[in-house]
Amino acid sequence: MSVEADVKTLIIDEQEVSARAGQTILQVARENDIYIPTLCHLDGLSDVGACRLCLIEIKGGNKLVPACVATVQEGMEVSTDTERLRKHRRTILELLFAERNHICSVCVSNGHCELQTLAQEQGVTHVRFPYRNPNLPVDASHERFTADHNRCILCTRCVRVCAEIEGAHVWDVMGRGINSMIITDLHEDWGASSCTRCGKCVQVCPTGALFDKSKIGSDHPKYPDFLPYLNLMREAQ
Amino acid sequence: MTIEELEQIAASVQRENAAFDYEVNVCMDLACVSQGADKLKEALVKSAEASGKKVLVRRTGCMGPCSHGPLVRVDPDEALYHKVHAGHARAIVASLGGPPVAELQCDLNEHFESQVRVVLENAGYIDPVKIDDYIARDGYKALLTVLTEMTPSGVIHRVTESGLRGRGGGGYPTGLKWSTVAKAAGDMKYVVCNGDEGDPGAFMDRSVMEGDPHRVIEGMAIAAYAVGASKGFIYVRAEYPVAVSRLTTALREARRRGLLGNNVCNTPFNFDVEIRLGAGAFVCGEETALIASIEGKRGTPKPRPPYPAMSGLWGKPTLINNVETYANIAPIVRNGGRWFFNMGSERSKGTKVFALTGKIANTGLVEVPMGIKLREIIERIGGGVPAGHTFKAVQTGGPSGGCIPAEMLDIGVSYDALLKVGSIMGSGGMIVMDDTSCMVNVARFFVEFCMTESCGKCIPCRAGTAQMFTLLTRICDGTGTMDDLELLEDLCSTVKEASLCGLGQTAPNPVLSTLKYFRNEYIEHIVHKRCPAGVCTIQVPSEVTA
Amino acid sequence: MSKLKLATVWLDGCSGCHMSFLDMDERLLELAEIVDVVYSPIVDAKEYPDEVDIALVEGAVSSEDDERKIRKIRAHTKMLVAMGDCAITGNVPSMRNPIGPEAILNRAYIENTSAQPQIPSVVVPKLLRTVRPIQEYVKVDAYLPGCPPSADTFHTALTAFINGGPLDVSALTRFGA
Repeated sequence: MSVEADVKTLIIDEQEVSARAGQTILQVARENDIYIPTLCHLDGLSDVGACRLCLIEIKGGNKLVPACVATVQEGMEVSTDTERLRKHRRTILELLFAERNHICSVCVSNGHCELQTLAQEQGVTHVRFPYRNPNLPVDASHERFTADHNRCILCTRCVRVCAEIEGAHVWDVMGRGINSMIITDLHEDWGASSCTRCGKCVQVCPTGALFDKSKIGSDHPKYPDFLPYLNLMREAQ
Repeated sequence: MTIEELEQIAASVQRENAAFDYEVNVCMDLACVSQGADKLKEALVKSAEASGKKVLVRRTGCMGPCSHGPLVRVDPDEALYHKVHAGHARAIVASLGGPPVAELQCDLNEHFESQVRVVLENAGYIDPVKIDDYIARDGYKALLTVLTEMTPSGVIHRVTESGLRGRGGGGYPTGLKWSTVAKAAGDMKYVVCNGDEGDPGAFMDRSVMEGDPHRVIEGMAIAAYAVGASKGFIYVRAEYPVAVSRLTTALREARRRGLLGNNVCNTPFNFDVEIRLGAGAFVCGEETALIASIEGKRGTPKPRPPYPAMSGLWGKPTLINNVETYANIAPIVRNGGRWFFNMGSERSKGTKVFALTGKIANTGLVEVPMGIKLREIIERIGGGVPAGHTFKAVQTGGPSGGCIPAEMLDIGVSYDALLKVGSIMGSGGMIVMDDTSCMVNVARFFVEFCMTESCGKCIPCRAGTAQMFTLLTRICDGTGTMDDLELLEDLCSTVKEASLCGLGQTAPNPVLSTLKYFRNEYIEHIVHKRCPAGVCTIQVPSEVTA
Repeated sequence: MSKLKLATVWLDGCSGCHMSFLDMDERLLELAEIVDVVYSPIVDAKEYPDEVDIALVEGAVSSEDDERKIRKIRAHTKMLVAMGDCAITGNVPSMRNPIGPEAILNRAYIENTSAQPQIPSVVVPKLLRTVRPIQEYVKVDAYLPGCPPSADTFHTALTAFINGGPLDVSALTRFGA
């Protein structure tokens, strides 16, 4: 197959762009500085299409498609910022805020939180749904880190980074539906689990659900950007 | 095994049966057994032995009208007895050769008249654990014909020609699915039978797996030959222990007869089937979640594409069809695609099995040609709503279906027509409701089901169904406001459009359809603080007065 | 033209939003030229007036008294503004929701008290089971999130409310800001 045959041309938000076959719409959009909000996606991890914030419209199709997993097709016309999409994105963010106990003002991630930033960016000034306020545990059994389930949005980035990058698969999900929880090992305390203490999960966590104990009461930015580099270095080896 | 050998088996079964003067068929499906059909059968065997008459007492699969069970059919007179218990055994045996037992006879002519039995053709006529009974009714003839006389593409052509669409609910053209898997590149392919029937009030697949397991296996083997697969899985929910044991027996028998395994019927075709048990998650009926479950992972769906036809079990091309779809294959092969195509409506061919339940005289399993009017199913076959009450709505398609009101009963049952009125065909659950049902409460019930069964992966379904449930509970309690109603509708659109899989995408259907056809009931709860059907307990407002 | 009537209300919050409001400093003087502050923790009025043009409400609804107040305010106010995270999300006061009011009262009045431990039963209003944001009780016309919203946010927003101009709240502030 010739190299030319692998190039696809498509339109994203009225802008003509070209892409390599097999690329996702999200990758191509980002290469062309077209912004699509994401939450469960993280460069360097596999995609699960779970948060539904990156949903986009494709002309000719009625169904909304997650840009993180949908691959480019020749001639497709993609819209990333329609009123319908904005409405769904706002609703999804509201649902997240109402689902658990997100108290930004007392959170270690205040000011560095992806959920908080997305809410501001998508114009969520209040939540229309009743707050569910579930009673959730805080696991502070680990010597270095804490898991505060009140702030968890179940994006499963920790699960994926632990399984795919660290190779430990300590994190996983238990329970179904609204009762889902991330757990370490078979629901043991984090401190008693087979955790390797690498801290990758803390860095990829988009909220203050997983945090470094030494950062309590101080600024706690996270640095998930190491992932693509790590993958690149591993591939080079 | 050859066609001749099959015919020999059939002939020997017929000879054995001919040694009896009478056949007493006892329905041993779950509904009848739960009312004492097992004791009844024992009593019939004893009475038959004592009488000295040549009587064959046979256990069969579901005969259909479960509310009349336990059911007994006496051949060759074709006398159907209902609500039979062990105490009636002697009278039944005594009546053989004479006039039937009048007090047990039931008039279900109307019930059976408009039904057409393809999938259920053997139900009530064979003993499900006896492979020879199945063979005697043309069983495995289609498989042999396919293996010895047809090419894989010829089989796909015939299925395509039949116009068969997936019976699991989606209605995807079966022939097209098969040809996609057949064309997919790969040395290893799988066929999977989806027996994870989880809709409340639906038991079509269970009855087929329990009553005629070989039909499913034969359909799978034909599919495997057509798409080039050598391994099959039947995914059955663990809540169906009888189906599991019948299928296990059937697989063993089929292997013993050389109908499964290596070199099936002395041809180069290899195929075997394994049973996998589902652990009770409704969403595992969704094909990508089902695949994850078979692979031993957490049963959660994945975004499609890639479709299982290209990348399914362990990344290999995989054909997934529902129990009822496979059950249609053998008759299509035997009778030809045109035969099937000529039944049904314009875009929905063949027949469909429905589990008719709720406020209706004849609950049970019915099989009708596609395109039949809903009214005919409910009023004629179902015998209508029992006296003293009036019909209000029928809910089709399980928890994600919609409620169809009385004024729409004249639509024909087809994939497209049901979709048009805000419901779905689904796998075939059909729940009839009368004036004692509160439609808000009904919507709340189904939303609660979807909330509990949500896998938790995507946010709109996980948190959205929970909020829908909260809002509906408020309305039922009489504490809801018109703002809540508006919010509910807005939320429904996000859950419907933004959810990852079919569970979330269809979860709002019961709410949307009841809002469309029974909006006044919502308003009554909210504005006038009363439940018209008298179902909901309205709370006295605890408002603090200013 | 008569001056607009402005009220500020303090429900279950820390008064930080009011502090931030006062941080407008000299801009308060400009504001005073166009509005009358008719009801506020920082003025003398004890009764909520019958007709208020704009009310800024700080704090969540936590007690029966709060609920009574917010309904009354709504009934007598043209434009009701939820001021700060407590009013909009429940914020810190709502952290008691998962465990209920009894546990909180016990900790405050019984477990940590050595002399005559008792839960107050008179004068203080009864706590509601859960702390809720004000929009769960009444219709809210505008939201100014933040803990607290900054003085600049107040100034820009109030200018827009008074003049009826466009306002992009998300450009000014966010939850937890």
